[in-house]
Amino acid sequence: MATAPVPGPVPGSLRAWLLSPAPASRRQARFGRWFRAWLGFRRNPLAMSGLAIVALLVLMAVFAPLIADQQSATLQVLQDRLQPASWQHPFGTDELGRDIFARVVFGSRITLTIVVMVGVIVVPVGLAIGLPAGYFGGVVDTVLMRITDIFLAFPRLVLALAFAAALGPGIENAVIAIALTAWPPYARLARAETLTSRRAEFIQAAELQGASHLRIIATQIVPLCLPSVIIRLTLDMAGIILTAAGLGFLGLGAQPPAPEWGAMVSSGRQVLLDQWWVATIPGLAIFIVSLGFNLLGDGLRDASDARS
Amino acid sequence: MANRAARSLLSVALTFLGLTCVTFFIGRVIPIDPVLAIVGDKASAETYARVRAEIGLDLPLPVQYWRYLTKVLHGDFGNSVITSRPVLHDLLQVFPATLELALLALLIGVVAGVPMGVIAATHRGRWQDQVIRFLSLLGYSMPVFWLGLIGLLLFYAKLGWVEGPGRLDVAFDDIVGPVTGMVTIDSLLAGEYEVFWNAFWHLLLPASILGYLSLAYVARMTRSFMLAQLRQEYVLATLAKGLSPWRVVWVHALGNVWVQLVTVIALTFGSLLEGAVLTETVFAWPGLGLYMKNSLFNADLNAVLGATVLVGVVYIGLNMISDLIYPLVDPRARDQ
Amino acid sequence: MTDTGMTDTGMTDTLLTVRNLSVTYSGDDGDVRAVRNVSFTLGRERLGIVGESGSGKSTTGRAIMGLVGQSGRIEADEMRLGDTDLAHLGEHGFRKLRGQRIAMVLQDPKYSLDPVMSVGRQIAETHRTHLRSTKRDARRAALEMLEAVHIRDPERVYTMYPHQVSGGMGQRVMIAMMLIADPDILIADEPTSALDVTVQTQVLAIMDDLVRSRGMGLILISHNLHLVSSFCDRVLVMYAGQVVETCEAAKLSEAKHPYTRGLLAALPQLGNRRAELPQLQRDPAWMADLA
Repeated sequence: MATAPVPGPVPGSLRAWLLSPAPASRRQARFGRWFRAWLGFRRNPLAMSGLAIVALLVLMAVFAPLIADQQSATLQVLQDRLQPASWQHPFGTDELGRDIFARVVFGSRITLTIVVMVGVIVVPVGLAIGLPAGYFGGVVDTVLMRITDIFLAFPRLVLALAFAAALGPGIENAVIAIALTAWPPYARLARAETLTSRRAEFIQAAELQGASHLRIIATQIVPLCLPSVIIRLTLDMAGIILTAAGLGFLGLGAQPPAPEWGAMVSSGRQVLLDQWWVATIPGLAIFIVSLGFNLLGDGLRDASDARS
Repeated sequence: MANRAARSLLSVALTFLGLTCVTFFIGRVIPIDPVLAIVGDKASAETYARVRAEIGLDLPLPVQYWRYLTKVLHGDFGNSVITSRPVLHDLLQVFPATLELALLALLIGVVAGVPMGVIAATHRGRWQDQVIRFLSLLGYSMPVFWLGLIGLLLFYAKLGWVEGPGRLDVAFDDIVGPVTGMVTIDSLLAGEYEVFWNAFWHLLLPASILGYLSLAYVARMTRSFMLAQLRQEYVLATLAKGLSPWRVVWVHALGNVWVQLVTVIALTFGSLLEGAVLTETVFAWPGLGLYMKNSLFNADLNAVLGATVLVGVVYIGLNMISDLIYPLVDPRARDQ
Repeated sequence: MTDTGMTDTGMTDTLLTVRNLSVTYSGDDGDVRAVRNVSFTLGRERLGIVGESGSGKSTTGRAIMGLVGQSGRIEADEMRLGDTDLAHLGEHGFRKLRGQRIAMVLQDPKYSLDPVMSVGRQIAETHRTHLRSTKRDARRAALEMLEAVHIRDPERVYTMYPHQVSGGMGQRVMIAMMLIADPDILIADEPTSALDVTVQTQVLAIMDDLVRSRGMGLILISHNLHLVSSFCDRVLVMYAGQVVETCEAAKLSEAKHPYTRGLLAALPQLGNRRAELPQLQRDPAWMADLA
């Protein structure tokens, strides 16, 4: 089917195949839809700069040892304390003589780890609550959504603080605390998406063929929910980064000497008036990365709105 | 009407139960042994067991929860380890400071954010829209504690436009007795204008910074609500009867936007209470946030959980209030 | 223009003259010409504009009021309301005309009235805008106007909100709101198609009565050929943004243009059952010879 000749301006070209107004297969239609969304996305300069920032963050985290010297991120050189920017230390040094540039570069690994781990927890939990609620309806729906509503009604940061306080400081516990307060919107989203596709004919056809509920949910409904869940996750990333940095700033996130950006801002507070860069640079890093995720998420949402 | 009230009351009760369940759970999984904290590690096994039974840790979980719940309902959160006063007493003392901060921030957010959202919507796609969109994106992406530090560095240390951390200069402490607990209001009530201005210049920077964050959210929501309203038929009809576009937008369309904004503003206020935890740490503002932070580092679990319950209750209260305000702005809700 | 119609139906004075009106919308995919070279005149009469959806009939009505939105562009050789030149009138000039000299009734009162303002205040608002009246005078005028559209308890209805009134009452409120400043022309865009059949004739009768007694011109825009031919004096038939035929309503059955004939043939007739609705045959040449 997919290899059938496609009517279009330039037969045979990939672009023409993707943009064909009369797709010959469902696969072509889907790819075409994504390609059009991508074309719309590419026209949006803010979204593209968001994508660039996020890509840069990932590259920086992956190639951190090539960009900066790992040792100088943690090495305390006390006679080099609080140096302003120089060739040797592009962002200066902190109150323990550590190179701020290297710490920012290696801090990106911590930020990325937190973001990925929260995503990995939140999406499955959200789906696990939202999908059955939407699929089975009735009592299951009522009970699960009540629980979700209760969690939605909570103050997120305060609850994350309480969790972090109870579990003790540390990255893993910060991740758990954030994830515990971040899943409810995903459950709602998954439920809404499930409800719209629940009555679709191909779902009922699968049911008639004797597919089990689990199988239908896993193979038919999950793929339908994923795009909107991923967009939502991108939009949430900025908030997750800010919450994580906030916990770090309060001393509840990554523990010293780990170069966590929020904790770096906190340690720079003491010398804010005289050595402003110590607190400013890592704060700027937090800001740029969360701005990048916001721009990317906005662009993705706009592109997907245009698609539907 | 009665049906709706009953349903909303039920949902409030359920949310409250859920909240206390969570705080109770957090209290149980805490790694620190509360018995050990009381008896010390030199105590004999018998003393340990006696104290354990005294504070009810040997009882089954549901019974323990029931005890906890009845205590919370009586406003008993136990004593704070640091201040050794009842937690509720402490909370009531620090809460007005946070309230003062959050209220001014909300005022800034709404007074500036709503018009910005309206202008962005009516100038959709043009430079006004782009500028406002960018400003609110910045607000969304800014770590509030960092913004606070930069603000202190710039407006206090370098420019000297505002006062520094704290609520008052030391010289003005204890001149005005607490009535509402909000220093600006209390000083006005007492006629101490010098104190008022000092308090105001202390308050302005943290409130502006929190206000900017809420502005970002309010402006963005107002814009999208406004765009939806501008597509409605009644907008065409009001133009057709000869009204100025200004009146169509700011009276008719905005009148309909308020209906949706009520909930947004309630949510914003809630998030301001949260933002206060970080802002108060930066500005040494003796409110709920700073109290929570200090309790966290002294493992004062009673205080932390008490504060969590208080913020949760304020959240629930805000939801109820927005339910009550709703009919005032939407005539359709009055009949239901 | 076609050579049909334009027979003098005893209009003593011309209220509105439109010659070669075009409306173009510019969008991402190039320009769309929604109205092309439309010409007609309106006296103190009832003029119907019929056509399918997308034929440009609503856009024609809105262009006369200068309400085509930011992406729309109006061009005309002549567009004149009395002694006012509409073709070169800015937004500010249009604003003075709207409601005071030309007014418009929209399709569904459920959506065309502001849901959070009482209907009385919405009527009074038109009065206050154009006559710079005091609150009390505007209120009195609004109550009189509610009475004029046959609302029994004006005092009570004045304080009601749009969701509290029925469709028929809502449309009467709409008429009151649009006629309170005494305009010369009323454009009614599908005024009854959202209403129950039972109140359609009642609303039309009230509108007709007011238009006649005030010596106004009425433009009735509708897709309903029956309604237009029985209610109006003259009929414009529009297709693809152009007027394809103009004729007296009474002589509609003698219409010559194949499109009009096609529309007529598609109408159900009492006592004449058909197995199948004849499909409307469209000829691209209709557009070519008129462009």
